[in-house]
Amino acid sequence: MKKGLSLFFAIGIWLFSQCKTVQNSTNQNVSDEKDPESGLMLDQNLMLVKSQCTACHSAKLITMNRFTRTGWKEKIVWMQKTQNLWDLGESEPAVLDYLEKYYSPEPQASRRKNLEDIEWYKLED
Amino acid sequence: MWNRRGFLKKSVLSSMATLLGAEIVFAKNLPPKTLPLAFQPAEDILPGKHPDLIILNNRPWNVEAPPHLLNDAVTPGDKMFIRNNGIPPEGVDINQWTLTIEGEAALSSKSYTLKELKEKFEHHTYQLSLECGGNGRAGFYPPASGNQWTEGAVSCGEWTGVRLKDVLMDAGIGENAVYIGYYGKDTHISGDASKNPISRGVPIEKALEDESLIAWSLNGEDIPIMNGYPLRLVFGGWPASCSGKWLEKIVIRDKVHDGEKMTGTSYRVPKYPVQPGTKVPEEDFEIIESMPVKSLITSPKSGAMLALGKNLEVKGHAWAGDLEVSKLQLSIDFGATWHEANLESPVNRLAWQHWNAELSFPKEGYYEIWAKATDSKGVSQPMVIPGWNPKGYLNNACHRIAVKITAS
Ligand code: HEC
Repeated sequence: MKKGLSLFFAIGIWLFSQCKTVQNSTNQNVSDEKDPESGLMLDQNLMLVKSQCTACHSAKLITMNRFTRTGWKEKIVWMQKTQNLWDLGESEPAVLDYLEKYYSPEPQASRRKNLEDIEWYKLED
Repeated sequence: MWNRRGFLKKSVLSSMATLLGAEIVFAKNLPPKTLPLAFQPAEDILPGKHPDLIILNNRPWNVEAPPHLLNDAVTPGDKMFIRNNGIPPEGVDINQWTLTIEGEAALSSKSYTLKELKEKFEHHTYQLSLECGGNGRAGFYPPASGNQWTEGAVSCGEWTGVRLKDVLMDAGIGENAVYIGYYGKDTHISGDASKNPISRGVPIEKALEDESLIAWSLNGEDIPIMNGYPLRLVFGGWPASCSGKWLEKIVIRDKVHDGEKMTGTSYRVPKYPVQPGTKVPEEDFEIIESMPVKSLITSPKSGAMLALGKNLEVKGHAWAGDLEVSKLQLSIDFGATWHEANLESPVNRLAWQHWNAELSFPKEGYYEIWAKATDSKGVSQPMVIPGWNPKGYLNNACHRIAVKITAS
């Protein structure tokens, strides 16, 4: 099974190199459409992200979450440390670009906003 | 499956074809098994479960109930939420299934077949509320990571089995016993057979309570496959992740169990309140034990419209971890005024409690009904989202539904 995953990984890289050439040549634009199969946003990095991120779990775990680039990086490190995720190698920046571009936190929609720009001071009595 | 996904055909197939250096002839007739895993269309169907459940993730399965689906006094198996960390075992043979008790603080190592468990120990039945520690996670901001549960990762089923303490005592509990940990037959989603998806547990005091069960039956039937068939632990009132599914081994530990998702930040919250978004060092987290007081409005379904002058019957449940609920209040004016509902006693300790009330509305318009439970120590549900924590646990904010009163 582990072997299966590394093979899978290899296919992913291979696909990625292909996608890049294929899609650069067709000059695909950014869209707000979704890949009907995974629910991920269509993008030139879609195939790369699918190959790196949907081997273990569905893409829903990505599409229902929102993090900053640092937050996504932390998730990847956590999965590498605890969940058998491999080293993404050279594709990591592209994966992070994609995640940051489409799955960053949206403006807060809440019952009550968190307090912001707090100026801390020591209360004297 | 191929051909109803235009995109798959156009882009995946063409790039796959490019890299294979050939056209994939009759691609649309290929069975889905021949697709690389990542390109396989999602299975949207979950056998034995209610079609109106909300699927958060299908690999692994994480599924919750919309609140109105939880109106039954005892949650039916098909409406019970699923929080899978791994892949459930397939082709379970109940004649081969065994449960082993061992560990540093066990006086002996013992194994029981299901038949032996059922014959050797007294049977007990309890209604036990089980709620995912992350239920309500979707309400936190900045967004907390994981499955974005809203309201319905909670249930109260009627579980039958043997007392965990009877079985632990049969194997012998050492004086150094501190914790119990479980191991189940589910497998890690990476396919690594040596890795446990989850292995949690509870302190020995919780394990020895009367209501702590090793259960084989839910509501008089086999446990649904996704909820742990054929055997699981059930600890009412604690994060449901303590209640190991597909149970095959329990270890009596001489220290806090350190299995998968016991450590790090999993099922843990900061020891002190933190400002939203704070990075909290791992050593400042503590394990979640009893869940906080909470309630749901299960009837009517949100969005009800009714004519002015008609009273509205409102119903739901309330629970409070290891404690009891002592009061349930409703507001139709965003918490400015509160009306006390009729609150029933629990059927047994750790069962959720039913409540009902009849509400009337002063004039036409838009209303929200808010429900607020108070536990036996006087602690209530907050009306806004409670203290932010990095992993988004323990959101017990008041539940609310929308109601419109129209001209009579
Ligand atoms: C080797 C297997 C594996 C791969 C590949 C993988 N993940 Fe995960 N991921 C996991 C496991 C296991 C979990 C925990 C699932 C659960 O708790 O239901 C997880 C959880 C997550 C979560 C939720 C985090 C949380 O706090 O619960 C996110 C978000 C996520 N993955 C994103 C990604 C992204 C993005 C990629 C691609 C870079 C990826 N995953 C690739 C194994 C993997």
